[in-house]
Amino acid sequence: MKKMDIAVFVLGILTFLAISLSLYMAFIYTPLEKTMGAVQKIFYFHLPLAWIGFLAFFIVFLGGVLYLITGSIKWDNLAYSSAEIGVVFSTLVLITGSIWAKRAWNTWWTWDPRLTTMLILWMIYVGYIMMRNAVDNIERRAKISAVIGIAGFVDVPIVFMAIRWWRTMHPLLITSKGMGLAPSMLTALFVSLASFTLLYVYLLLIRVRLGTAMNIAEEIKIRLSDKL
Amino acid sequence: MKYFKKVLAITVKDLLLEAHTKELTPAMLIFSLIVIVIFNFSFEPGMQNSDIITPGILWIAFVFAGMLGLARSFAEEHEQEAIRGLMLAPVDHSAIYLGKTLSNLVFLFCVEIISVLAFGIFFNINIFPILPGLAVVLGLATPGFVAVGTLYAAMASNIRLREILLPVLLFPIIVPVLIAAVKITGVVLKGQPLSGVSGWLNLLAAYDGIFIIVGVLTFEYVIEE
Repeated sequence: MKKMDIAVFVLGILTFLAISLSLYMAFIYTPLEKTMGAVQKIFYFHLPLAWIGFLAFFIVFLGGVLYLITGSIKWDNLAYSSAEIGVVFSTLVLITGSIWAKRAWNTWWTWDPRLTTMLILWMIYVGYIMMRNAVDNIERRAKISAVIGIAGFVDVPIVFMAIRWWRTMHPLLITSKGMGLAPSMLTALFVSLASFTLLYVYLLLIRVRLGTAMNIAEEIKIRLSDKL
Repeated sequence: MKYFKKVLAITVKDLLLEAHTKELTPAMLIFSLIVIVIFNFSFEPGMQNSDIITPGILWIAFVFAGMLGLARSFAEEHEQEAIRGLMLAPVDHSAIYLGKTLSNLVFLFCVEIISVLAFGIFFNINIFPILPGLAVVLGLATPGFVAVGTLYAAMASNIRLREILLPVLLFPIIVPVLIAAVKITGVVLKGQPLSGVSGWLNLLAAYDGIFIIVGVLTFEYVIEE
């Protein structure tokens, strides 16, 4: 456990440095975008956040499958930890996207396929977390979570496809984002992607350890109450 | 073959039960009609864009009514502890899932057929020439919704806040069905051919297939006494 502590600590320092670097690159290293100006800087965080959102929900799916196969509670713990982080990150995606859209498209919200898919995704996993609070039995909760995690993730591509077709039947407000990125912008983006992935792994590790501790505490509580 | 006999036995059990009690389907039907009527109040009758809104009204009514039926389909088993007998029965648990899905499907089909007739009267639409098209969209969209719905209803059947959590969990998942069904119904109501929406029909068929498989594979984990 001692070794694990050191590993997490080192990862934390690395994450801090990486995020600092991507802040520097986003705000100082890259030039100001010609037409959009300063608000374009959101892009360096928005895209990595979205990537982490999808990655996190994929891990929820994976954790669910592994739980159903092995029956080991650690996979449920992994899935739930990832779901929590995923909801936080996808909330931030929606917020940063809205701020950017207000400047760039002059509206807080459009029913663009990407936005709408993210919103539906967000709803699925908020429901997932709400459901977890409504079930006390650890094993039962893990089973239901796994199934919802699987069904939710399988649904994502269908939702995206449906919403894309649904939109293309109407005139699109924005046909193309026009992402002709300068090389320095691209570098900043990749640095940001990498450092946010580090952040995700770091948060996940901490959250999984917390979850493990909570499960152990729960078991001790049950054992104690049996004895009383 | 034997497996399907077992599936059918569970479906028939549910249908017989409903034929005796006559509780669920009438309630679902009335609710569906109420939704159609209520929505009618929020739009001017004969307004110009009514053909844009009407498919949505119809599907909201079906989904809401379906939700009522799904929520009951496992609650009933739990009330009388009948679920224990069902689980002890010498069948694979996936057969219980398919049987339940099938009976929920029959209930919702009944509600949909009568609702569509009433809908035609309320909105002054001649239903009969477009019946084949409607049959296609109902026949493709309803199984997907009911397949996910039955799985989720089984999960929600003995957790706290189940009345709230079932729709909260289920609605986001069925968004693709809803979008596709509304699009196709819109085309059908305008009297246009279905060939123009073959993409949507394929999407519905894929959704049905995918979620029936997900349900069959995962149902045994979520059903509990």
